[in-house]
Amino acid sequence: MTATLPAAASAPQRSGSRPSRPARTRRGRRNALTGWLFALPTALFVLLLFGLPLALVLQMSASDWPLLGGNQGFNLPQNYVDAIDNRFFLDSVWFTLKYTVLTTVILLALSLGLAMLVQESTRWKGLLRTSFLVPSALGLASASLLFYVIYSPIAGPFAGLMKAWGFTFLGTPDGALWSTIFLIVWRYAGFYMLLMLVGLQGIPDDVYEAARIDGASRWQTFRSVTIPLLRPTLALTTVLCVTGSLLAFEQFYILTKGGPDNSTITVVQLIYGIAFQGQNDLGVAGALSVIVLLALVVINIAQIRAFGKKAED
Amino acid sequence: MSTTMPRHSRDPLAGVPPTDSTIALTAPNHRVAKGASGATGRRRPPTTFAGIALRTPYWVLTAGLALLFLYPLIWTAISSVSPLAGTNQTDGWGFGNYVTLANYQAGIWVYLLNSTFVSLLTVLLTLTVSLLGGYAFARFSFPGKDLLFLSTLAILMVPYATLLIPLYVLLNSVGLSNSLVGVALVLTMFQLPFSMFMMRISFESVPRELDEAAMVDGCSAWTVLWKVLVPAVKPGLITVGLFAFLAAWNDFMAPLILINDSNRMTLPLAISNLRGQVQGVVDYGATEAGVVVLALPCILLFLILQRHYVRGFMSGAFKG
Repeated sequence: MTATLPAAASAPQRSGSRPSRPARTRRGRRNALTGWLFALPTALFVLLLFGLPLALVLQMSASDWPLLGGNQGFNLPQNYVDAIDNRFFLDSVWFTLKYTVLTTVILLALSLGLAMLVQESTRWKGLLRTSFLVPSALGLASASLLFYVIYSPIAGPFAGLMKAWGFTFLGTPDGALWSTIFLIVWRYAGFYMLLMLVGLQGIPDDVYEAARIDGASRWQTFRSVTIPLLRPTLALTTVLCVTGSLLAFEQFYILTKGGPDNSTITVVQLIYGIAFQGQNDLGVAGALSVIVLLALVVINIAQIRAFGKKAED
Repeated sequence: MSTTMPRHSRDPLAGVPPTDSTIALTAPNHRVAKGASGATGRRRPPTTFAGIALRTPYWVLTAGLALLFLYPLIWTAISSVSPLAGTNQTDGWGFGNYVTLANYQAGIWVYLLNSTFVSLLTVLLTLTVSLLGGYAFARFSFPGKDLLFLSTLAILMVPYATLLIPLYVLLNSVGLSNSLVGVALVLTMFQLPFSMFMMRISFESVPRELDEAAMVDGCSAWTVLWKVLVPAVKPGLITVGLFAFLAAWNDFMAPLILINDSNRMTLPLAISNLRGQVQGVVDYGATEAGVVVLALPCILLFLILQRHYVRGFMSGAFKG
């Protein structure tokens, strides 16, 4: 995907060149040992904090492993059976998928709209861009806490209205879902708008000019020029948004606590719950983690295929 | 996953911070279009997309949208100092909610200090590891280089929770249970894909002639890095540091899983726990004050370093 986006003035330029092999110049080879020394901290971090835990989660998923008891020996098919048999497994998978589809469609459509709205660089549009982006600086936990107060029937700005009209934001399953989606859209719209802007800037003006000369309407231009040429960006944003939504945790943990009536439990919340709240079973939690990891890899590969991306080596 | 990168750019200006203060998105388009020669001058989208035709609805719509995005922040900031319902602040406007917050459990200062420590350590570690690693990836050939780079990017593919549970066990087994250092190490690992990508392309955009000349003069690789290259990749470092800070300051799940001791909690965790502490009654005012304390440094940093924030997107580092 690298050659598809434009570079900022200060950022390194990818000048649209062919994919290049690793530098094999005389000097590029200068000293493998020095190179390894500089790469050593990276290697240690990747090995000890990524490779090792990854191996351990595989081992956990195959072992009887209570939170406080440590490894109690082999328990292979049982952990996976228990994970799938969990009474919230199907509900949480279904809820997570529903949340992911809704969030991705709404968030990407809105952020593309915002990006087209502020595409030009005028002072006013710069100001708009900044306004849309400010929520992205907040953490997901901060944003969730902020909306926890805003949605409150006691202290929120809509408290009076909620009382008069008798509605709540978080009191019903649908209300909780849509309130959370609104929070996520508010928090991430600017982030995805920025990615869309980068993509839009990569579309050469000549194409738009050609469309205009051919007498294409604005809608035709959007459908036949913007969308096809934005494909790499749309693929990237979709993969990012789907991955992020499938792994949703904080927003539900803070805002809805999985409620009402356990209607908003995501898969990651279920993993956390099995590992640390009540069941305290790291083996089953590990098995569920491995299932999520595999599902994520499959879903991402399917998405990249679906977007018809050129194979990336 | 991006593994093919331009070897390096010969543009002597690449890697040098732009001098104007405008947002980086206004920079000229550098993409070399198919069939077109390298685009240089400032380009403007065609007027059909500008919405010039209908002025007034446009202003109303955009101002309304901007307000929609800013309103929750402004409302929270104002109501944190107001005597609204759901708070213990009954004596009119003032900082009563902040006093409540300050006296919460171990005291807000403890959590502020914990958060600051974790954030600064994460920034420091991320900068160090990605500076050295980016240099190695951009300027050296060594066995296992591609494998290591790919493994670093692969961190993005693995769910947070999938790694945090085994990390909890691992850190416990090496005596880093309940440790803020352990949290910083984990957060640094999660920052590596973005940071390594960013630093690698930052180094690759610096002309090789620059460090080769210094090498010929007899400087060691270390001196070249420190004296010649660090100034050239400074914008990349600022971007990496900014993203690392925002991620670490705001992170919720890593401390939630790795920290049990309430005196070692970070700010987001403490403020989340603050709700429902007093006999199940939520102190909304103190929560608002907490959100302000959490959000203010991030918003200020973002506004000051906006150009560097935007660079993180332009670099393509999100394409792992």
